[in-house]
Amino acid sequence: MTALRYVYAVCRPLTAPLQAELRGVAGAPARQLEHHGLIAVVSQVPDSDFSEEALRTRLEDMDWLTATARAHQNVIDALTGVTTPLPLRMATVFRDDSAVRVMMEKREDAFRHALDRLDGRVEWGVKIFMENADGEGGGDGGEGTGARTGSAAPKAMSGRDYLRQRRMRTTAREEQWRQVEEFARRLHKSLSAQAEDSRLHAPQNPQLSGAAGRNVLNAAYLVPRARSEEFVTLVDRTKDDTPGIRVELTGPWAAYSFTGLAEESAGEPT
Amino acid sequence: MTVVERREIALVDLLDRLLAGGVVITGDVTLRIADVDLVRIDLNALISSVNENVPSPWPEAE
Repeated sequence: MTALRYVYAVCRPLTAPLQAELRGVAGAPARQLEHHGLIAVVSQVPDSDFSEEALRTRLEDMDWLTATARAHQNVIDALTGVTTPLPLRMATVFRDDSAVRVMMEKREDAFRHALDRLDGRVEWGVKIFMENADGEGGGDGGEGTGARTGSAAPKAMSGRDYLRQRRMRTTAREEQWRQVEEFARRLHKSLSAQAEDSRLHAPQNPQLSGAAGRNVLNAAYLVPRARSEEFVTLVDRTKDDTPGIRVELTGPWAAYSFTGLAEESAGEPT
Repeated sequence: MTVVERREIALVDLLDRLLAGGVVITGDVTLRIADVDLVRIDLNALISSVNENVPSPWPEAE
């Protein structure tokens, strides 16, 4: 079995040591590999999991994916405590140390540029959910949406009453949707004004997240550490404003969503 | 909620970042059998296949 190199992040040389016990994917110790004044944080992974073919199969295994993602995050998290890491996409794997060095040398300028841009910044995640989105109707908070006049008492009704009630429910839902959209727009605008950059992720699938309600906004904001408290306060303040809307904050994250090095821009082969 | 509070991170939040964020390293050659120095898998395929039955209610920022 051959050992490959899994690279978690590229950073400036650390001024504080890594935790001695820091473990990465599959429990292997994480270590630093220095090249031209930058370091890559790497650990060894078996090619039985990370060769191209094996990886394709492994990625469809949710348990494996979960364990690997958490291990990756564990290393990034530890780095975030001592520096501002530039995280790499999950499962970026090289054959050996020298291949990692070649990669670093090729992208040296882009890495330095990105590290400068992100220095001292963290990422905050903000999600907005519309509650009762797939409204079975049952006991939905009862916020008066104008159109609603009749009682919802469950008794025998005529076809016409049924249709009328159904129409009212649809109208109420559309109205709620409009409100949530407006809320999301406003919050995104005010948070963007506090942040240096923002990015919208695809709304989350409730089957994956297990979260109640429908995910309307799934955004990431790049915020200087020093201004994070303000940012968090701003999010907190909006939280319980509007019934039927839930706001969730996650972070601080390493600036995963703002590395800005898509494949086109990162190091043309020379 | 405060800045220092840390709960267990939800997998889905993590995957948003690990699979859609981070520096993507490619060369002109990835995954070629001879001279493979870089193994990179496009994980987006996995997640979009999981997600494709849910239409995006928020297609574009303005």
